[in-house]
Amino acid sequence: MRVVLAEDLFLLRDGLVRMLEAFDFEIAAAVESGPELDRALAELEPDVAIVDVRLPPSFTDEGLQCALAARRRTPGLPVLVLSQHVEQLYARELMADGTGGIGYLLKDRVFDAAQFIDAVRRVAAGGTAMDPQVISQLLTRRARDTPMGRLTPREREVIELMAQGRSNAAIAAQLQITERAVAKHTSNIFTKLGLPPSDDDNRRVLAVLAYLDRG
Amino acid sequence: MKIANALLAAARGLWLTVFGMVMSTLLFAFTLISLVLMMLGIGFFTTPVVLSAVRSYADRRRHQAEAWSGVRIPAPYRKLPARRDGFAGQVEHCLTLLKDKATWRDVQWLFVDLSAGAVLALLPATLIVYVFWGLVLALGVWKPIVRANDVQWFAFVPVTDQFTANLAAVTGLAFGVLGIFVNQYLLRAHFLLAKQLLQPTRERELALRVEHLTETRHDAVDSSAAELRRIERDLHDGAQARLVAMGMSLGTIEALIEQDPARAKRLLATARADSAEALAELRDLVRGIHPPVLAERGLGDALRALALRMPLPVEVDVQLPGRAEEPVESAVYFAVSEVLTNAAKHSRAERVRLDVRHAEGSLRIAVTDNGRGGAAPSSGGRGGTGGTGLLGIERRLGAFDGVLAVNSPAGGPTMVTMEIPCILR
Repeated sequence: MRVVLAEDLFLLRDGLVRMLEAFDFEIAAAVESGPELDRALAELEPDVAIVDVRLPPSFTDEGLQCALAARRRTPGLPVLVLSQHVEQLYARELMADGTGGIGYLLKDRVFDAAQFIDAVRRVAAGGTAMDPQVISQLLTRRARDTPMGRLTPREREVIELMAQGRSNAAIAAQLQITERAVAKHTSNIFTKLGLPPSDDDNRRVLAVLAYLDRG
Repeated sequence: MKIANALLAAARGLWLTVFGMVMSTLLFAFTLISLVLMMLGIGFFTTPVVLSAVRSYADRRRHQAEAWSGVRIPAPYRKLPARRDGFAGQVEHCLTLLKDKATWRDVQWLFVDLSAGAVLALLPATLIVYVFWGLVLALGVWKPIVRANDVQWFAFVPVTDQFTANLAAVTGLAFGVLGIFVNQYLLRAHFLLAKQLLQPTRERELALRVEHLTETRHDAVDSSAAELRRIERDLHDGAQARLVAMGMSLGTIEALIEQDPARAKRLLATARADSAEALAELRDLVRGIHPPVLAERGLGDALRALALRMPLPVEVDVQLPGRAEEPVESAVYFAVSEVLTNAAKHSRAERVRLDVRHAEGSLRIAVTDNGRGGAAPSSGGRGGTGGTGLLGIERRLGAFDGVLAVNSPAGGPTMVTMEIPCILR
């Protein structure tokens, strides 16, 4: 799987390259600035791009802008955005086109190599990887709403993991319950929130995120 | 509409004449008497009372000038020093007041107001009265008056018969029409006349400005020192302590790794958790120093991101054609953050609205909530947190010549407005 990586801090970029190579990813390019990233995305057609929000030369949100522009050129291009801080505002912009292949994670998440690689693979496959912080912010905001209030504690755990982009199997493993039980919880959640049921994992996630974000 | 405005100006002018003539005369007389009484010593006690009455009376007129005619008259008074007890203190207080040039300008104004000012204020009403007087004359009232006086002058028209009485009515109507157009300007002229004496002299203006700058500079230095102290404490108790803990864990792991790999592995997990905690704390700290979105996107998006993080729905409407200076953006961001947090904590509001605009060289921010009201700047916000809260915001904005106004009647809604002069790039 070919990866384009954009990160301006040498240490982190180097660490990411080594981690990805250890998990059999091919590094198509590892760049350190916005213009370089733009060129790499246009020319190399990677399977997934891993992008830091803040990049030189302006040190504003160049990485994010490049990623959004690339997705406008190539809809559905898998992009995993990394940042020192997560903002719902940015999550919203990334999800705005309604297609999958989006990840938005705190840089801290690279500490857990297995989970991070899992997130990269999920995004590359057209899935979603939302940082738990984004989800918890969304959940606290919606906490007072009645439909959310009707969820059982277990269902809240499930929706939290689901919104992060985890598959039923992963949720089952995390919560140590059977996949059948997860499927039952998710269908209950969808009924309680009044969302149309869907078998497609990713569409399901986007529906939940859109629901949470409506607040 | 025009007629209503003209009548309103006439009524206000009449009020200013009647009330003003009485009050100005009384206060002028009292001041003179009080000054004479100083020879007997009693004056030292009466003068401050009279002068403070003069000041509040003059302030009242300053307010009316702005409210009725849009004439802004800043107050020229300086803050009075703390008063000492006893007769000596009383004398000192009295002399401070008497040495203040603004006092004498106020007294001069009293005299001008009871003479020229009153006449000017009476003109709008006069023009309206002429309309009725002319009509009344033409309707036959001229007959008994002429019979008794031979001739009745109506402005410049000598009324002697029905024809001239009719002419008087026409003239009166003409005055009325004139009044419709000029009444507001006449009232304005009255206030402009008052302004000549009620506004601070150039010298006093500068003195007040220096006082204000000294105060706000003091506040700015204070608050930035407090900020640095807070950052130091946060780093010391937070990230720094976590890193120490992490270092210790790593040391233990180094010692354990060969004899007890299982425990070493558990300790590694703790060390990793410590590093994550340290990062989280640093992240919060950075947000408190300079919010990342503000650096990345500017004020508009930073406020939108802030609104999204609030526990209650905040409707944001930011319309800025450019970016303000960084320190201003930062001050506004934290001010809005404080106001929103206040609203979320204390107002029991269901919705908050945030409006940001740039007009007439100022950034204007309005935060409205539909909560229970009762917020006051002096109490440090509804929480009564003292020092911080709304008072803190006021101080922070003060460094940029910004102002804060709170309108929060008990029962709500609350509206906090802020205005900061600045240029957009």
